[in-house]
Amino acid sequence: MDKKPSHARTVIAYIVLIILTFLCLFFFYILLINCTRSHAQIQHGFSALPGSSFAKNFNNVIHDAKLPVLSGIKNSLIVSTFCAILATYFSALTAYGLYAYNFKLKKPAFIFIMLILVMPTQVSAMGFINVITKMGMLNTLYPLILPSIAAPAVFYFMYSYMQSSLPLELVEAARVDGSNEFMTFNRVVLPIMKPALAVQAIFAFVQNWNNYFLPALILQDNSKRTLPILIAMLRSADFLKFDMGKVYMLITLAIVPIIIVYIALSKYIVAGVALGGVKE
Amino acid sequence: MARKNKPEVKEISYAKWGYLFIAPFFIAFVVFQLVPLAQTVYYSFFEYYRSGLTVIGPTPVGLDNYKELFNSDFLKYFGNTVILWLAGFIPQIVVSLLLAAWFTDVRLKIKGKQFFKVVIYMPNLIMASAFAMLFFALFSNNGPVNATLVSLGILDHPFRFLSSVAGTRGLVALMNFLMWFGNTTILLMAAVMGISPSLFEAAELDGCSPRQTFFRVTLPMIRPILVYVLITSMIGGLQMFDVPQILTNGKGSPDRTVTTLIMYLNNHLFSKNYGMAGAVSVVLFVICAILCLLVYFNLNPTENDRKIKKRDRFKPRKEALNG
Repeated sequence: MDKKPSHARTVIAYIVLIILTFLCLFFFYILLINCTRSHAQIQHGFSALPGSSFAKNFNNVIHDAKLPVLSGIKNSLIVSTFCAILATYFSALTAYGLYAYNFKLKKPAFIFIMLILVMPTQVSAMGFINVITKMGMLNTLYPLILPSIAAPAVFYFMYSYMQSSLPLELVEAARVDGSNEFMTFNRVVLPIMKPALAVQAIFAFVQNWNNYFLPALILQDNSKRTLPILIAMLRSADFLKFDMGKVYMLITLAIVPIIIVYIALSKYIVAGVALGGVKE
Repeated sequence: MARKNKPEVKEISYAKWGYLFIAPFFIAFVVFQLVPLAQTVYYSFFEYYRSGLTVIGPTPVGLDNYKELFNSDFLKYFGNTVILWLAGFIPQIVVSLLLAAWFTDVRLKIKGKQFFKVVIYMPNLIMASAFAMLFFALFSNNGPVNATLVSLGILDHPFRFLSSVAGTRGLVALMNFLMWFGNTTILLMAAVMGISPSLFEAAELDGCSPRQTFFRVTLPMIRPILVYVLITSMIGGLQMFDVPQILTNGKGSPDRTVTTLIMYLNNHLFSKNYGMAGAVSVVLFVICAILCLLVYFNLNPTENDRKIKKRDRFKPRKEALNG
């Protein structure tokens, strides 16, 4: 084919890609610069080079009496880690139950999960608060963790993965060797599922790390709050009196850990996005 | 879509394991979603709120909450949600289609595809509330963006983004666009790469221009995934909350023009007006249920609808995940 149009299109493609890359990175670049600068420097105007107040801003944020940042990080870590473990383990278990066994309610159960695949949890938030209040779990981290056991989107990913990578002959072989069904799942099936478990664990972790709506309704004690709630508290504080160095530092603390993990595992995460599809 | 299992000899003795393995999922679902949903629907027919320290109700009031709902600003908030969603989604789908077509076009030799994919997907993982807070700081009246625009001489005086309807809505749309176009691009790319290369070769032999190939071959072939992206994005749009809530401190300012449906629900939940919160939730549930059905039929083509075949993309393969 003629080369000229392709050449022009390549140039246009690069220009668009560079603009988009700039848009994606620019805001985070300012964030990283500003979290190293003092309040006075930030008010003075924009700079392309970092300042020297990183440690000072960090200490100010960590020791702020009104913003329990350290316990916020701890709570966010607890919730996200347990959610990732529960969501992947129980989704794999459910998927295996529907994949490897035949029983009467197999098809209805599968159809049911498929129907609620993309149902948002917000629509039942009102009743959810009611139920967990009655169970005495208001203002605890449990109501943020336990519902992860039922994660339809993770289930669907696991089920599809089993269809393509888990031969039932393997399960039969384990049976012949006298393995109990539950042991077969833990010792034979889970190791095969490792790549899928890893990808979904990352997504579940990130999703819960970022979750704001439900935690804000459930956690009332300062010591129980997670990072997104602290950010919201910062937003509603009197902004003009606030130390901007601290504002940028708290945002940095909330998003940079995720970016570091993402960059380290980007290859697998991008592959996971392409395969998964199902995500809120 | 249920898989045909090989006939198992000892099938009956294993059935209980199936029930046992799926039990935790269903128990958790019933306790944390189904019972709450039932209660939400139930209380939507009651007058039930807190006024100061006294709890009013629950008193059955029939459809009064729904009447009040449609006489309130509910429709305005619905309109806001749709506008904010569309303003982010239209550029998102256009850019994603363009990028997906470019990345998969063998005639364009784009280098660093992996780098671009990693960069454009990154905003999707960012905490939306932190992202909104960042935008609030950057676009405030004396923030870095205004300072830069003024010092470059593009503006005479700072533009008050968060006092203007278009400015605030624009920022919300920009954030939604940035957070989702990478995700959509990667999904569409996977779909395009699932198309048989022989189709593209045939198109090239027949002398199709890149534009013709895109509209006549690529687009029709990825239709199921486009539908999927559209519907899931609609559901995501209905859930829009973190970004406008943090950006406007829950006020939806200016003049509640960026108050979304979930922000409205959140206000009722915070003021503990459970009857009204229930009514809002039920309307949202009905819309979402319809969208869920569409997703279901899109993922599970029925026998007489063979045209819409399930794409390979929906079947994660081990090799692909191992890189």
